[in-house]
Amino acid sequence: MTERYPGYDVLAKRGGVSWDERTRRAVDERLAVAREPGFFSAGEFLTLEAVCGRILPQPAHRPAIPVAAMLDANLLAGNSQGFRVGALPHDGEAWKLGLAAFEAEARSAFALAFFALGAPPQDELLHAAQDGKLQNSAWGEMPCDLFFAKRVIVDVTAMYYSHPTAWSEMGFGGPASPRGYVRMEANRRDPWEAVEAKPGGAALAREANRRVG
Amino acid sequence: MWGEVDAPRAGNGLAPDVFDAHGGHVPMREYGGEVDFAIVGTGAGGGTLAARLAEMGFSVVAFDAGAYFRPLQDFASDELTQNQLYWTDKRISDGENPITLGGKNSGKAVGGSTVHFAMVSLRFRPEWFKSRTRLGYGADWPIDWREMWHYYGLAERQIGIAGPLTYPWGPKRPRYPYRAHELNAAAKVLARGCESQGYDWTETPLATVSAPRGKSPPCMYRGFCRFGCSTNAKQSVLTVWLPRALKAGAEIRDMAMVGRIETDAAGLASGVHYHRHGAWRFQRARHVVVAGYAIETPRLLLNSANAQFPDGLANRSGLVGKNLMTQSNQAVFGRVEDEVRWNKGPPSLAITEHWNYEDRKDFFGGYCWMGQGPLPIEWASVQAGARGLWGERLRHAMLDYNHAVGIKMVGEMLPDERNRVTLADETDQYGLRVARVTYRWGENDKALIEHALGQMAMSLQGAGVSDLFRQEDDTNHLGGTARMGFDAATSVVDADCRSWDIPNLFICDGSVFPTVGGVNPALTIQTLALRTADRIKTLAGRGEL
Ligand SMILES: Cc1cc2nc3c(=O)[nH]c(=O)nc-3n(C[C@H](O)[C@H](O)[C@H](O)COP(=O)(O)OP(=O)(O)OC[C@H]3O[C@@H](n4cnc5c(N)ncnc54)[C@H](O)[C@@H]3O)c2cc1C
Repeated sequence: MTERYPGYDVLAKRGGVSWDERTRRAVDERLAVAREPGFFSAGEFLTLEAVCGRILPQPAHRPAIPVAAMLDANLLAGNSQGFRVGALPHDGEAWKLGLAAFEAEARSAFALAFFALGAPPQDELLHAAQDGKLQNSAWGEMPCDLFFAKRVIVDVTAMYYSHPTAWSEMGFGGPASPRGYVRMEANRRDPWEAVEAKPGGAALAREANRRVG
Repeated sequence: MWGEVDAPRAGNGLAPDVFDAHGGHVPMREYGGEVDFAIVGTGAGGGTLAARLAEMGFSVVAFDAGAYFRPLQDFASDELTQNQLYWTDKRISDGENPITLGGKNSGKAVGGSTVHFAMVSLRFRPEWFKSRTRLGYGADWPIDWREMWHYYGLAERQIGIAGPLTYPWGPKRPRYPYRAHELNAAAKVLARGCESQGYDWTETPLATVSAPRGKSPPCMYRGFCRFGCSTNAKQSVLTVWLPRALKAGAEIRDMAMVGRIETDAAGLASGVHYHRHGAWRFQRARHVVVAGYAIETPRLLLNSANAQFPDGLANRSGLVGKNLMTQSNQAVFGRVEDEVRWNKGPPSLAITEHWNYEDRKDFFGGYCWMGQGPLPIEWASVQAGARGLWGERLRHAMLDYNHAVGIKMVGEMLPDERNRVTLADETDQYGLRVARVTYRWGENDKALIEHALGQMAMSLQGAGVSDLFRQEDDTNHLGGTARMGFDAATSVVDADCRSWDIPNLFICDGSVFPTVGGVNPALTIQTLALRTADRIKTLAGRGEL
């Protein structure tokens, strides 16, 4: 698939007036996330990486967003949504239970580890979880559809779309303090916003995006 | 734990200067012994009341479990980091339609939820104050709308609301002190949609200034309003009322979690137990005000049960925690060819209250809808939640971000005693029992939502929006759980927000709402706090406090 915002890199604005100190610190920390798990075991982490890779598969042409590592770091830091919904345990506990359950499902249905299944069977299990159809006793009291909707989807999308690479990919202006924006009308781009490639206009957009900063 | 602030900042005669970017302070008075008022919570209700009571000469100490932020120094332009503003202590949400808590509706910061609110500042429709007798549903407020109209005017001027020259609905209101903000492209889609249906629309009255005001610069349209305003254009309790409170001699104790209200042998409140700097402490007070919002207020009252009040404080009616209301927050989204870039500017620059003022419909209550501008994480959660997208389809859908548009309702949900806050057996980091929030939409709620979704979809179609989809499961603001009313048997507090059972205990926040109406609540909460302060002064003058 061709890129929608070729050459746009939200991080080009990092040193300018669209980013304040606090924002730089927050994003720098995110970019420096430890790649080794601290909250999950090595085994759980393999399953988690596989789940993240199916919820948001990443294009091969750029470095992948380390979604699983980001989630691990947040859980390790005790960064929680706080509330839990009915039959779900609290964040970290739900994740550990859910990953073990996916692993158990993979082993019983395919006699393989979840991470080793390959995409189609992984998707099959994830769809079954979404539809509330997984029955393995490893789920315990936790409904698989609730886990899928309230933890997997919520956390994996939050991690992915908190990463500058995701902002660049979707043409999001990103942090904008203190400069903010000026041109509020449709089809009016501030010079520090991403340029979208029109059909056949990838090269033009790439050139223009070089000047965004 | 989210964020970097891990210890209280107010103390030693100083409070953080919220207008300073480099750790500056302003002077703060401190109190040792008994004070006139201990206020629990510094949000829309508690913070406003603290300022007014201090200005009237009362000694006031206000407590907040959250941190005392300096927006210029502490607020990142980042959805994730700004979770530091939300109530993320343990809670349980259950029932047929469990409410999403945390960032959707619960702040934990000095300034309360107004630190991250979307600034929409609306008045109730007058009839809603008598919805039972005038409109046939819900419960009446024990306050006349004309009195509220007077206080709304005061609140709008003192907060510095930017709004339209004339407001299309309801009785005449004074001019807003600041001119309305320019519409962004997303707001213009809303306007086009309304015009296609023959409905009025207007610029949304917003608590962010369109011209400099004191130390606040005009809004820069950065669009992270719901994650804290890092320029202080937002007129929140943190930037408007609390500086006034400090100037008038109030003390604010940040990162101070109140765990229990003490009562004396006479059955009066005598002070509050709070956790701060790693230890439990006690503040003696002649009057206690609870202003923790619709979940924490009943939780504190219930957690304060003692031998004399075994069912919790102010709870002889048995109504504490009951009649919890949220507001329906469904949306319709779609796509346009234009580059809209809906993250530019405050998210809700245009509004229609058409269905708040039109009674020809087959359900009770009303709703408004507003423009939208979700940031990436929220938008992904909508795509995944409402459309069930994940995988390559989700990533692909997100690429259309700059072409997405949508409108979202704020709808009235009716009070129902079965929707409630109770105590769970689980405890939080302070050892206090956590709140269990149980919620279920009623038939009327569902009918209203269905109507709104249909109307919103038609209007977007009329505006030429394609690829429409509905977000059917979302709710936002809270209310109820300590309703005000006419007598001790059917309500928790009277019109002055004073407990029927414990006359020196007040509740001043969104939990006193008998009904929530079809508009966002923060202006009404602040308005009510202004009135409550005046009533307290009057009662004190008569020796009736
Ligand atoms: C994302 C978001 C957007 C919103 N947008 C709008 C909008 O545009 N317009 C609008 O009108 N409303 C909006 N609201 C709602 C509005 O902010 C709230 O209705 C309003 O602030 C509630 O006022 P309150 O005084 O009842 O409680 P809050 O403002 O929530 O204040 C309660 C405070 O009490 C503290 N507290 C609670 N319990 C304790 C305790 N035991 N000890 C110490 N401190 C305690 C909390 O930390 C909190 O700071 C929004 C809310 C959210 C979450």
